[in-house]
Amino acid sequence: MGSHSHSDRRRFLMGGAALAGVVTGAVRSVRGQTPAPEARPRDNLAYGQPSRFDDTIRKTTGRATAISDTALMTPLQDLDGIITPSGLHFLMDHVNGVPDIDPQQHRLLIHGMVDRPLIYTMDELKRLPSVSRIYFLECNANSRPLRGPNGESVQLVHGRTSCSEWTGVLLSILLKECGVQKGASWVVAEGSDANKYTMSIPLGKAMDDILVAYAQNGEPVRPQQGYPVRLVVPGWEAIRSVKWLSRIKVVDQPYMAWHESGNNADTRPDGKGLWFRFELGPKSVITRPSGGQRLPGHGPYEITGLAWTGGGAVRKVEVSTDGGRTYKEAELQQPVHRYAHTRFRIPWKWSGEEVVLQSRCTDERGEVQPTIAEAAKNLRVTPDYFYEADHFNGIQPWKVNRDGSIQNALFL
Amino acid sequence: MRCSSSLLTAVIALLACVTALAQGPTYQLGRTPSEEDIKARDIAISPDGKELPPGSGTAKEGATIFAQKCAACHGPNGTGGGLVRGVIPLGNAKPVKLAFSLVPYATTVWDFINRAMPQTKPGSLTANEVYAATAYVLYRNDIINETDVLDAKSLPKVQMPNRDNFLPVQPGWKPGAKRPFGYYP
Ligand code: HEC
Repeated sequence: MGSHSHSDRRRFLMGGAALAGVVTGAVRSVRGQTPAPEARPRDNLAYGQPSRFDDTIRKTTGRATAISDTALMTPLQDLDGIITPSGLHFLMDHVNGVPDIDPQQHRLLIHGMVDRPLIYTMDELKRLPSVSRIYFLECNANSRPLRGPNGESVQLVHGRTSCSEWTGVLLSILLKECGVQKGASWVVAEGSDANKYTMSIPLGKAMDDILVAYAQNGEPVRPQQGYPVRLVVPGWEAIRSVKWLSRIKVVDQPYMAWHESGNNADTRPDGKGLWFRFELGPKSVITRPSGGQRLPGHGPYEITGLAWTGGGAVRKVEVSTDGGRTYKEAELQQPVHRYAHTRFRIPWKWSGEEVVLQSRCTDERGEVQPTIAEAAKNLRVTPDYFYEADHFNGIQPWKVNRDGSIQNALFL
Repeated sequence: MRCSSSLLTAVIALLACVTALAQGPTYQLGRTPSEEDIKARDIAISPDGKELPPGSGTAKEGATIFAQKCAACHGPNGTGGGLVRGVIPLGNAKPVKLAFSLVPYATTVWDFINRAMPQTKPGSLTANEVYAATAYVLYRNDIINETDVLDAKSLPKVQMPNRDNFLPVQPGWKPGAKRPFGYYP
């Protein structure tokens, strides 16, 4: 690594303009050898760290992919409340290494079908009116059923979702500053990673609630999450939330970039291809007790988990302790935020018998999370269709065995 | 944070925004970029190919470039090797395998090779090299002939195998629209 950065750096700097004389260090792969010129040490006093007894960490399925080094899942089973610590935010990159961007050199260019193209520095972006909003992000491939030991962990099956408080400027403010022209209907967003990751987004969403975010959970967005600035597209598949954002082009059609038209397109059972699916369905999952854990004995427990939906707010979560025959409404942690993880809790007493625990989410539109059987019936496919399907939001059953061990009962 | 009851208001506001776009700047921050600033960064290619630069290439020329600059990762004839999911043939159709590619336009292939390949040195290819490498990739996927010349005119006209099998972009999508039970897009 590192050898790619020369041309990239040059392209980046040409675009940044007025940057003459700063040819080194603007963009560099973190895997490159050069140490950051102004690197400050951050020890446990300068920046607090978790206890040495705590090993709450992200994990990978170990499944080889071209990008396996950056496919890391959030440890949902170890977390409480609704906020994911930034260092535990899931990571699923389609880029060649995390870029190491100096915010002083970073520029955001907005152009295309606008009256006034503009280039913003980070300082200028931060002078604009800001908002803080709690939003989840979820990879479109999250919750795909997994075979084998990986399928026994809520982290590895469902951990491609995280929830943060994001702070930044509404994209609509920037677009209004530039004056969007008649006939424009989409924006093309581009990152400043080595691949210049690109996504098309309908203008209607861009003018609604998309954030140009520079802070996550109160501190600057972490490099792995798009430092110094990224898009956060609430409720939509996270592939749209372009990291390391450096360019927005206002256009009149989707551009069919590689990662939206080939790499992330899907086919339906009828053989038709799908380009854009945007909104994520209502979903919930019990994070404790969950697959791979073991109950130490019968008696009282709290069942807890997370629910979220691309449709807005979670309206209710019901929990079943008999494999879906009956459901009881769980308590939702208040306030419930739209497009955010919603924590649910319900007390439970384990008798020591074999039981199947599962949860079901209903969102503000009244859309209900289906079982895998219901989803398969709708599509006229067998349940194993979903092994390779994106956007799967089926109910997750966990079976508690007599010995207290817990296993994934999706296909039992 | 908006609360859930304001969904309808949000939808109406959204529609209102889209119709009331033309107004002057409020904050007057940011700098006006020069034509050159924009040109240097404006690399995205649309399906109609209007942004394509001059230049041309054939699969024959592309084979040489591929051997030098691509084969290390993509295999001698683009048949995989080094990359687990095999980068060529194009696309990773799932869950139902399509015969060829999920890429609806040849411009997508050109754009991706231009912006991201070779992975160790993205942005290093000349326009001619990108045309030739694209031609080679398409030829290896039986989409064009070995001697077909790709340029700004011919590339957007290449008929990708599944162009007509694609559903329109997000059929019927509206923000907040209710979807049927068990809806799977
Ligand atoms: C250092 C290894 C490497 C080299 C050299 C390389 N590629 Fe790639 N290529 C990749 C990886 C990795 C991906 C997947 C990237 C992704 O998913 O974003 C890829 C993806 C592609 C794709 C998209 C197809 C797919 O299935 O993802 C095309 C087309 C492509 N490369 C063409 C080329 C061409 C043409 C060259 C030579 C000019 C080249 N590559 C050189 C590693 C390489």
